Amino acid sequence: MEDLVARSVCRLIVPFIQLYGAYLVFYGHLSPGGGFAGGAVVAASIVLYALSFGRETAEKRIAPGISHLLESGGGLWYLLVGLVGIMLGGSFLTNKAAGFYLGIPGHLFSSGMIFLLALGLGLKVASTMVTLFYNLSTEVNDEHGNGT
Amino acid sequence: MITLLDVLLLLFLIFCAVAVARIRDLLSAVIIFASYSLVMAIIWQMLGSPDVAITEAALGAGVTTFLFIAAISRTRREE
Repeated sequence: MEDLVARSVCRLIVPFIQLYGAYLVFYGHLSPGGGFAGGAVVAASIVLYALSFGRETAEKRIAPGISHLLESGGGLWYLLVGLVGIMLGGSFLTNKAAGFYLGIPGHLFSSGMIFLLALGLGLKVASTMVTLFYNLSTEVNDEHGNGT
Repeated sequence: MITLLDVLLLLFLIFCAVAVARIRDLLSAVIIFASYSLVMAIIWQMLGSPDVAITEAALGAGVTTFLFIAAISRTRREE
């Protein structure tokens, strides 16, 4: 796991992958992308980091407990943002009837609360995949007795 | 309108699909399946659906490959 080329390339490329993932999450309703695709890109960057730097270093950055917490919190956040529509006099997850706008391409805050929904969805997808990765690599370690 | 690039990509796709089903080594099958997903993402983009292409490239070529390899490392490699 002490590969200099893999570590250098990973250190160089991971911030750009995460920035692209965040762009996909936030602008998913105005341009191609969305919460699911952006969350998958962010999760792929974290898996790449863990594969090249080792699992212990990745667990210092994102602990499995935090990953579990984000997974549940993303769903709850989606539910809470959906309830805002009821608070403002519409139905569940309503946007335009509650007084928000439908969005102008290129302007992030022109679309009411859709990007908040996408934020919860992206967090949930990303932390689900990171949790899958942690669980699978843990079981491999336990069975063979050596690190990945 | 079908260009030469379309024909080449679709032929590669059919070849990959047959090879995944026929090959005995499971690790090779996973790698071929990743290249299938990459070409499929290019074809989605050419068909005019960049949304599906992004998801296919991130999930099909990235996360699914890792999950399959993790599953193989816990079981046998031969079919």
